[in-house]
Amino acid sequence: MLRPSISIPRRARGPLWRDPTARALFFQGLLLAAVLGIIGFLVHNTMANLDARGIRTGFDFLDRRAGFSIAQTLIDYSSNASTYGRTFLVGLANTLLVSALGIVAATLIGFLVGLARLSPNWLLARLAGAYVEIFRNIPLLLQILFWYFAVLRALPSPRQSISLFDSFFLNVRGLIMPAPEAQVGFMATPLALAAAMVGVMALVIIARRRQAATGAQWPVLPLSLAMLIGLPLLVFWVSGAPLEWSVPELSGFNFRGGMQVLPELVALWVALSIYTAAFIAEIVRSGIQSVPHGQTEAARSLSLPGGLTLRRIVIPQAMRVMVPQVTSQYLNLIKNSSLATAIGYPDLVAVFAGTTLNQTGQAIEVMTMTMLVYLSISLVVSALMNLYNARMSLKER
Amino acid sequence: MSTTAYDTDETLIASRPPPTPQGGVVHWLRTRLFSGPVNSVVSIVTLLVVVRLVWPVIDWALIQADWVGSSRADCTSDGACWVFISTRWSQIVYGFYPSAERWRVDIVLGLFFALIAWLVIPRLPGKKTAALMALIGLPIIAWVLLLGGMFGLPHVPTRAWGGLMLTLTIAAVGIVGSLPLGVVLALGRRSKMPFVRAICVIFIEFWRGVPLITVLFMSSVMLPLFVPANVEFDKLLRALIGIMLFWSAYMAEVVRSGLQAIDKGQGEAGAALGLGYWLRMRLIILPQALKLVIPGIVNTFIALFKDTSLVLIIGLFDVLSIIQAGLTDSDWLGFAIEGYVFAALVFWVFCFGMSRYSQIIERRLDTGHQH
Repeated sequence: MLRPSISIPRRARGPLWRDPTARALFFQGLLLAAVLGIIGFLVHNTMANLDARGIRTGFDFLDRRAGFSIAQTLIDYSSNASTYGRTFLVGLANTLLVSALGIVAATLIGFLVGLARLSPNWLLARLAGAYVEIFRNIPLLLQILFWYFAVLRALPSPRQSISLFDSFFLNVRGLIMPAPEAQVGFMATPLALAAAMVGVMALVIIARRRQAATGAQWPVLPLSLAMLIGLPLLVFWVSGAPLEWSVPELSGFNFRGGMQVLPELVALWVALSIYTAAFIAEIVRSGIQSVPHGQTEAARSLSLPGGLTLRRIVIPQAMRVMVPQVTSQYLNLIKNSSLATAIGYPDLVAVFAGTTLNQTGQAIEVMTMTMLVYLSISLVVSALMNLYNARMSLKER
Repeated sequence: MSTTAYDTDETLIASRPPPTPQGGVVHWLRTRLFSGPVNSVVSIVTLLVVVRLVWPVIDWALIQADWVGSSRADCTSDGACWVFISTRWSQIVYGFYPSAERWRVDIVLGLFFALIAWLVIPRLPGKKTAALMALIGLPIIAWVLLLGGMFGLPHVPTRAWGGLMLTLTIAAVGIVGSLPLGVVLALGRRSKMPFVRAICVIFIEFWRGVPLITVLFMSSVMLPLFVPANVEFDKLLRALIGIMLFWSAYMAEVVRSGLQAIDKGQGEAGAALGLGYWLRMRLIILPQALKLVIPGIVNTFIALFKDTSLVLIIGLFDVLSIIQAGLTDSDWLGFAIEGYVFAALVFWVFCFGMSRYSQIIERRLDTGHQH
């Protein structure tokens, strides 16, 4: 900004409206007045409208009994005892479930397709390219509807299920599969897994220090794998294998036992994963291509073997480009999971901003809570990404 | 007298034969597909997968398909029943627009595609006129013709709009509205006035943090509460406002990335020449910044175009919802795949076209910006 500094002799001041500082203040004041005016106008209208319709504002409705059933509940919920506040949590849990499943699958498919696009094999590269171009350019909602109505709704009835090993069954009601049932004493196994994780972390730190000090390398990977798999297995076996499987069985027109995965969840999961994977594949491709060729050549001239070049030279540099973009795809996936409402998967938007809103009529409170959930997820992840970027950005000396 | 080497023939090296030509199908196959045992196996497996996947699709969609007819009885073969699409063709394009008035939609669509062709084909002159027509002329003409109610044209309410025409309307309004709004927001976010910057940051981060569905829900549930009770808001207009605000935030971030890439010296040089803020932005910064981010802008357009399909959830009948509604027609049950494949094709053609165009324009403009 053009602000006269002390060393310069004071220039003759022009009229006030030519002074940048005064103008900046004036325009900001104008904007502030406009924003306050708009907010005041909206609040006034809303109050008047709510009054006219006899809607009471406030969050009391969260303690009232909901009285509707939800098809998939990850936490305790019953239609005649739980409150509207509980429906919020049930919906949120379902959103998080499908998002987590989608993120895992989309990452796997995306990395495979992205690497395939870089393959020297012409056919494979073209196939991967076709995948990206097809799925990236079709609306996600259409893909969700396609998987749900055209594929899963067309599956056979429970009696004619497609079965795999007589324990997995696919039919119009979804995927039915064996469910693990923990017996007394099973808790020791997850605890052992947690202990193994801590152990691996310690191992990595010690090994790194040791290598820095002496140059000697420990076989960290095999040791960690042995710990991660071996310790829980050992504990599981010692504690007498306290896990039983409830295998689904056809009785009458439906299945008994096992656990049922809703067809809505399957459709949403498949569509979200395939769609997001197309974007991740492009990010992976451009990330790897962004590493200058000189880097691999330099590594080769130091006679590093191919695998080590990839692990130590190419991937760390590609990651710096890829991680922020992939994270923003994850955020997109979480936000896109709200399309669940189109096929009736009971996610946050369908349950809370749908049924609960319609039953209570508390539009403002419900929409605010729903939007705040997505907003806070986005903001927290962006804040973490900014930290990551600050740590990973090139240190220029 | 000493003899130099070139005096005698003996010192010359015999000319080597020219390299054997490395072209042809065999060479191509050997380097691209069968360069080693692993590669060969990969090629064969991929080829098998492609054949197993693609051939049934072609067989179903083209060879065995039924193309002509008027009812489902005409679909006798095993393939796709495109009769399902052809009998509802007029609905897919016009929605529930009264048939006597459809010429109005035809004129607008014709103008729309003609203007796009004019803008896209590089050889045609008068791009500025075309751009002005597209940004100002066409919206006015479209508004008068589609809505009617003036110049003796009967009024057609927006709830009768639908199909491709509605999809294109939403996309066009969204694009034309969100780009200028995005530019203003991006400039505001880079402003030196703290309050202006804060407002823009809050606005942008809010819209970018929530899903479009909740925005559409909000515009259909909450917007009526925000305005005085006597103001009647059209459902389409509500959705358009939501879509415009939502995408302007994404557009702002794209434009901001372009603004950040412009050297500070550019603006300072402009200031040294005595240009004010807006002149500096209009003549120096924005032309360079926008040119840099054309791919990003087009990507946002593509995302916006795809997401027009979300109006299905608030009960507007775009291409996808018209087809979706047709699937529940009791005379035409069981043609879901045909319906979705056709809708996918419509969206794909537009989106793929846009992305290819952005790649072409990126290549054409690439010469200008090299530091």
